[in-house]
Amino acid sequence: MTKISVNEVTKKYADHLALDRMCIDIPEHCIYGLLGPNGAGKTTLIRILNQITAPDSGQVLIGGEPLCQKHIAHIGYLPEERGLYKKMKVGEQAIYLAELKGIKKVEAQKRLKVWFDKFEISGWWDKKVEELSKGMQQKVQFITTIIHEPDILIFDEPFSGFDPINANLLKEAILDLRDKGATILLSTHNMASVEELCDSITLINNGKSILQGKVSDIKRQHDTHQREIIVRYDDFAKVMAIADTYNNIKVEHTDRPDETKLTLFSESPNELLGQLLQVGQLVSFKEVLPSMNDIFIQEVQSKNQAS
Amino acid sequence: MNKIGLIIKREYLTRVRKRSFLILTFLGPILMAAIYIIPIMLALNASNEKMRVAVVDESHWFEDRFNDTKEHVFILMPGQPIDSVKELVKNGVFDMALYVPPTQLNIPSNAVVYSIRQVPMEVETYISGVMQKEIEDQKLMAKGVDPEIVSAVKTDVNLQIMRMDEKGNEKETFTKVQFTLGIILSMLIYMFIMVFGGQVMNGVIEEKTNRIIEVIISSVKPFQLMMGKIIGVSLVALTQFVLWILLTGVLYVGFSAYIGLSHPTEILSSGTVMTQEITSNDIMSNENVQSIVQIAQSIDFGTIIVCFLVFFILGYLLYATLYAAIGSLVDNNTDSQQFTLPITVPLMVAIISSFYIVNNPDSNLSVWLSMIPFTSPISMMVRIPFGVPIWQIVLSVVLLAGTFVLMTWVAAKIYRTGILMYGKKLTYKEIFKWLKYK
Repeated sequence: MTKISVNEVTKKYADHLALDRMCIDIPEHCIYGLLGPNGAGKTTLIRILNQITAPDSGQVLIGGEPLCQKHIAHIGYLPEERGLYKKMKVGEQAIYLAELKGIKKVEAQKRLKVWFDKFEISGWWDKKVEELSKGMQQKVQFITTIIHEPDILIFDEPFSGFDPINANLLKEAILDLRDKGATILLSTHNMASVEELCDSITLINNGKSILQGKVSDIKRQHDTHQREIIVRYDDFAKVMAIADTYNNIKVEHTDRPDETKLTLFSESPNELLGQLLQVGQLVSFKEVLPSMNDIFIQEVQSKNQAS
Repeated sequence: MNKIGLIIKREYLTRVRKRSFLILTFLGPILMAAIYIIPIMLALNASNEKMRVAVVDESHWFEDRFNDTKEHVFILMPGQPIDSVKELVKNGVFDMALYVPPTQLNIPSNAVVYSIRQVPMEVETYISGVMQKEIEDQKLMAKGVDPEIVSAVKTDVNLQIMRMDEKGNEKETFTKVQFTLGIILSMLIYMFIMVFGGQVMNGVIEEKTNRIIEVIISSVKPFQLMMGKIIGVSLVALTQFVLWILLTGVLYVGFSAYIGLSHPTEILSSGTVMTQEITSNDIMSNENVQSIVQIAQSIDFGTIIVCFLVFFILGYLLYATLYAAIGSLVDNNTDSQQFTLPITVPLMVAIISSFYIVNNPDSNLSVWLSMIPFTSPISMMVRIPFGVPIWQIVLSVVLLAGTFVLMTWVAAKIYRTGILMYGKKLTYKEIFKWLKYK
């Protein structure tokens, strides 16, 4: 079922078109990636979903209903430009932010305790925010984003400011929230995390959607049928003799002197493999799918060249 | 609790808990009390210690003219050379020595006071006063005029000023009191607008630089945040104001009780000195009580208090919304200068012109200034103690309230867009376009 449906949304600022008849359907219980170069319109779209700005035309539906004031309590938003009141105490501030989302004080206190224990930050409750390191502040910020148990979560560059260990903790938490039924919109430039987390994506460029779909489908569509073979040889000349009979092969050296890497652009590698087995030892064979990084660059560049 | 209530609560509590708020709250009344207490303390202390003044008068005109007072004793040293008297001053036998050389009527006197310590102002005034009077008398006598006649001719005119209304009711007015009241009230409004408007602006800038703004406005509307902040800060202002009045009152009563116990007699005399200074220097003390009652009756305190609160609140609200809008436009305090100028100018104009208004409360310019919404909170308060026709007050309030509503709409539009802008140089033209954003 579709949780968030963005229909023909257009938003114009004084001198540029931030969103141009944007359409996105985000299914329930998934992690949806929102990708695009800087200034593509991602933040504008996110702000429209959060009712920080209103679209000039078009409509947003949440679970089939037009977006309205009551949905604020159902959305948790971690903006890219985020921070906390520096002079306020951590616990007091977390309660305040939870209350603003409509949670009662007592309930907020109870839930915060659970999360503070989980993130191992219970000792910070009475500290002022300015006494915490940036990474610690990010943890507090994340907790305040999800404390009202929203069924829609919007994360804008959530991993910035986290070290690898805490980034992992955060990743687990995001996956956990998805498994518990939340719908998550993830806007990021970190393509590795897109591959790891996202079920589907939309790639935005200049206010328009240029690529949409499931990550696995998109990778399949962009498949160039690459097969990567590493062989260990006794005589390099014999390997080259075989390779020279193909015109769709690329030969590279590896960091070992008795190994070579062959990249074949074909869906039928059997013949080549048979030949190679006779001149050396097969070390590895794998299908190479394009990375989201490659797809991102390729799609955005080809669009920009066309226009 | 609704969201705007939560915001007001946070804005209020974080501010009143600040150390600077507490310090200012207690320091203010202490300073005010000091203005009242220190002169009395000085007066009381000074009377304990009498200055001994040796007089060497070679003109022999003033020898019997210097009378001992509470502050000084005069000791005549006829025939002593001034140099030996100066030695006595050095040894501490006398506090100072007055030397009057032989004097002629048409040559200005060259009297000298020798002293180790600074000569108190009052001693100087007393001595020169006595000498001046004596020389004047001598001159009059030389011209054949009896000084008695001159003093008999001297008159004091106490001008009574009565204001009449259309119905023929007459009321005595006391310009000095109205003058002081008008200046104090307008100063208070000016100060509170500047200080607490500035606090609103800094609050907005703080939210922007801390980058918490987007987190908050995903929960509440920017308008709610802005109004919550403005109302929260206004409650802080009122709290401070009320505490100041209460604390000043407590200090006043406490000090009066202390003085009353330790100096039962002096308090009366120094107390009358104070009241005489406040009212009029020439009124005799038995007329004092009567005139205070008259003054109190002549001033419509009810109207003044109501008007003060209305103009204070509306004026603050108008300026606070503008300060909030400006706060949203800048990334840090130093940048705020170029945008605060347009709103500090009308405030400055109002406060500077209040010295003109206080002298001409009913002139055309005064009336206009008290109608224009950006100057009216200050300018009208200057005029109120002098009595202002009710229609003018109502019109001024309506204009002010209307402008507040209009400016809130404009400020909310600017604020909404401004708080999400980072590191961009803004022009007025660009800001004007924001008003049209949906």
